[in-house]
Amino acid sequence: MKCRKCGGAAALELRRHNAAFCSPHFLEFFTKQVAEAIHKHHMFARDEPVLVAVSGGKDSLALWDVLINEGYRTAGLYLDLGIFDYSQESKARCERFATARGQTLYVERVAEAIGAPIPEVQRVTRRPTCSACGLSKRYLMNRAALARGFAVVATGHNLDDEAATLFGSVLHWQMDALSRQAPALPSTHAKLARRVKPLYRLSELETAAYAFLRKIDYIVEECPFAKGATSMAHKELLNRLEESSPGAKHNFLFGFLDKARVAFEHVEPVTLQECQACGQVTTGELCAFCKLADQVRRSGRSSRTARGIEERSAGAGDTSGQEDRERVMPGPPPRLVQAPSTTVSIE
Amino acid sequence: MKVILRNPRREIALTGKRRVKELLRELDILAGTVLVIRGDELLTSDTVVDEDDVLEVRPVMSGGGA
Repeated sequence: MKCRKCGGAAALELRRHNAAFCSPHFLEFFTKQVAEAIHKHHMFARDEPVLVAVSGGKDSLALWDVLINEGYRTAGLYLDLGIFDYSQESKARCERFATARGQTLYVERVAEAIGAPIPEVQRVTRRPTCSACGLSKRYLMNRAALARGFAVVATGHNLDDEAATLFGSVLHWQMDALSRQAPALPSTHAKLARRVKPLYRLSELETAAYAFLRKIDYIVEECPFAKGATSMAHKELLNRLEESSPGAKHNFLFGFLDKARVAFEHVEPVTLQECQACGQVTTGELCAFCKLADQVRRSGRSSRTARGIEERSAGAGDTSGQEDRERVMPGPPPRLVQAPSTTVSIE
Repeated sequence: MKVILRNPRREIALTGKRRVKELLRELDILAGTVLVIRGDELLTSDTVVDEDDVLEVRPVMSGGGA
């Protein structure tokens, strides 16, 4: 197979473009796609500081690498989810990447913010792990950006991620999600950083190839909680479609962005306000993250209370600790947030 | 040839030459979902791999959460 540009031996075939590229010309293609995404959606200016959310995986490290190479002012943000060895290894890769390139890497621990690491959050709340994880990431990315003076956060979402998200939203006709799906989300409140996805034009195969050819040491193992995740099932379905019809994922996503997304804009206008507990932006009195954190605290309190009953039965009666914990979370008790059902009701 | 597979990591041994696309078909792997690596080079689907090659078939799918 020959490179489309120079006729040399190809390193990667891009069936959706009916093309193949050698290593140097593929890296050039990749960089141009990122530049096109940044330019087309006015993601950030050349001299604007960008906070790049990195996980240690191929996408986010490829994104950080290409932005550094293109001369953008960047810093990394790693969110330590507390997922056993997986988090330790992915954090180590981010640290090595940042050190080798002389970049700043900020690290935030989810366990400090929410009261427990992600596996414990999943255990006590019984909500899908990816749901609690995604919610925590979005919240902490925005909080970290505000605290450190970044107006924009860049994430490594690629074409496959975006197509799978779109597929899931369409399956359930989640109008609010469809209205929000875009390569660049503007700031709609003084306390909301812009969120941008400069890799949305590039497939997962392409980001992996870029990371390999650039000799980026990324974590190949998948998150232990990803197995069985709905988004993974959607990706597998789309990959089968892509195999028989190259370009299907591209056309699905870009068709939506170019032709259909406008129909979903402003479908559900919301009023944003500041969370009574943490001050971050939300549509209700308490933000979803504070509700989740409160749920984690209450579950911990329940287990401690159970132990306390045993202790008090031996003569202790001090409730000061309980009063301290009550002060942690002001405001009304949280409402349960239900995930959309996958079942179909018969009318 | 030795083929290293990931998630979970395991190795298989195969005999005979074949093209990468034939190898992936035998392994029931979609071509667009993996990188096929030999040393420090990426292989395209028409590359013929040899008896004494060591290959890594590295999945590219990641995710779960946002």
